[in-house]
Amino acid sequence: MPIYHGLYVSLWSTLLPIFLIILLLFFKDSYLNYIVIPFLSEETIDLGIDEILYVKSFLINNISSLSTLISSGFISEGDANLLVEKYQESRVVSFSSLVLLSIILGFVSYKKLSVRYDARRRVERILKFIFFVFSTIAVLTTVGIIFSLIFETLRFFSQVGFFDFVFGTHWSPQTAIREDQVGSSGSFGSIPLFTGTLLITAVAMSIAAPLGLYSAIFLSQYAKPKTRDFLKPILEILAGIPTVVYGFFAALTVGPFVRSCGEYIGLTVATESALAAGLVMGVMIIPYVSSLSDDVMTAVPLSLRDGSLALGATKAETVKKVIIPAALPGIVSALLLAISRAIGETMIVVMAAGLAANLTANPLSAVTTVTVQIVTLLVGDQEFDSAKTLAAFALGLMLFVITLALNVFAMIIVRRYRERYE
Amino acid sequence: MKLNGDLIMDEQKEQNNIRNKKSLIECRGVDVFYGDKQALFGINLDIGEKEVTSLIGPSGCGKSTFLRCINRMNDVIEICKVEGNIKIDNEDIYHPDVDVVELRSRIGMVFQKPNPFPKSVYDNVAYGPKLHGRILHKDDLDAKVEKSLERAGLWSEVKDRLGEPGTSLSGGQQQRLCIARAIAIDPSIILMDEPCSALDPIATAKIEELIDELKDNFTITIVTHSMQQAARVSQRTAFFHLGKLIEVGDTEKIFRSPDHEQTEAYVTGRYG
Repeated sequence: MPIYHGLYVSLWSTLLPIFLIILLLFFKDSYLNYIVIPFLSEETIDLGIDEILYVKSFLINNISSLSTLISSGFISEGDANLLVEKYQESRVVSFSSLVLLSIILGFVSYKKLSVRYDARRRVERILKFIFFVFSTIAVLTTVGIIFSLIFETLRFFSQVGFFDFVFGTHWSPQTAIREDQVGSSGSFGSIPLFTGTLLITAVAMSIAAPLGLYSAIFLSQYAKPKTRDFLKPILEILAGIPTVVYGFFAALTVGPFVRSCGEYIGLTVATESALAAGLVMGVMIIPYVSSLSDDVMTAVPLSLRDGSLALGATKAETVKKVIIPAALPGIVSALLLAISRAIGETMIVVMAAGLAANLTANPLSAVTTVTVQIVTLLVGDQEFDSAKTLAAFALGLMLFVITLALNVFAMIIVRRYRERYE
Repeated sequence: MKLNGDLIMDEQKEQNNIRNKKSLIECRGVDVFYGDKQALFGINLDIGEKEVTSLIGPSGCGKSTFLRCINRMNDVIEICKVEGNIKIDNEDIYHPDVDVVELRSRIGMVFQKPNPFPKSVYDNVAYGPKLHGRILHKDDLDAKVEKSLERAGLWSEVKDRLGEPGTSLSGGQQQRLCIARAIAIDPSIILMDEPCSALDPIATAKIEELIDELKDNFTITIVTHSMQQAARVSQRTAFFHLGKLIEVGDTEKIFRSPDHEQTEAYVTGRYG
């Protein structure tokens, strides 16, 4: 298999050098410290890590601007030239040794080749390893994110009590910059945020679930193939509209409309209301429900549908008693996907539901959600260590836990019904 | 018009030859089209009451299509068009006033592959009766389910497993469950579309035995690929070829001394 022989040699001559380059990147920093520090004056070292970083960044980014360093007195001219020389030298050495290594490896593996040499199995093994590495990258990233969330959250809880955060009913994260300002300590009760999220999600689902499900039933059971081919892509376009567009649609059209409708029948409606945001969000997630549900209902074997029709059931009875029960696991996961999409949605809420953290179950008042607060906490100039910034991590972690719980719940439901139905 | 109809009748009687029972289903000049393609050509066939009629013929000859005309299951297929005249008990089932759902509730159907609903054994059988609201009391429904399963020869095997999903039964049991489900709506006709093609010989034998018992109460039409099966279970046999009904007659005659050469070639295995 000549192609495998070639592949084998090229893999050997590229993979290990690439791996070494990655390793070098890790050690580059300590190596630079190693060559830079001896040249710095003692006072500079005493000044701390910042100055070392400063010199290093000059070295890496732009050798020519070392003259700035010289003129600012960090380093003498002779030393600077030595440093540059040393740095260039190390680059040449590392580069040429990598090329040499690549050639040697290629040569060695080429020498090993013979007609009967089983390169195919070895290539397979190397590829398997590569795929394994790539799959772990995704997992490790996730784990990394979770850990950073957890550690920042722990820092947050060293400043704000855990129960104050989880069960507190008042949210106003404005900590004062100076001690003597009014309201110098913010309060971080997250309950209003989660009720806000829940309220908007509930409104959105009460729109998306029936509309999505009914259109899925129509598409999969009643529509002629031509109608279906025409309607389904159009419905799916809804999912492709940027949420910002939905956001100003909600803020400028639906919000005022809801308000004037409410006034007409004598209700006080805030300009920015949970109802307006929820309605628009509901429209946005219709395709998540309809498209997935349509897929699972179409996947229900035709023989089941025919069996029911042949027993003298109408189409509607067949849908209700056979198709939906058989497709239930898929429908449930479609709904849960839509819910997690609604919980994570930010833009529409920023624009249409406001920032006021009211603890209310009234969809006509302004509420705010977890994601919106995360955004407002992190927007603008902030001290990274303040409770206000760290609160974003705590909220993020709680949101993560909730969506994770939802997913697990969905999986349990799907698994239970799958056992029963297949 | 009347004259023309009588003419066809006479022709048909001739073709249907010896008939000792009254016919329940009468088909005259049935054409079926799938889009532009014609699948059946002027089928004239009578199906006798309370006997088993088998439809045989090579694949794609239109036997299943014909079967699905009888309970109008072809309506489900968008591009399918049925022309001609089919009467059940002297009622034209393709008349515009006919309620298709009601029609189907009088005809049971068993499909090629067992297709129990993803429900319990009990609910599978109770599906039809519940649907039509004919049985309101739980006790009556229980009795109905038991009787239907009994008649399908399945009761002794599943009486302790009524709550288990129908899909957990073996293939042969599933098919008998589907038969019980069809019986439960008290049909006068049962249509079977290759009911044993997915089953092993033992399960097949059980179904065949069952068909033999059921014919005392039901008019059964069965599509089959197995000539032996047709010979074993049916009283009359119709041979289809390329969308045309070639010959119909008593099973014995079809297999011993068919009138048409094509039929003989097929039943003796020289063709198809």
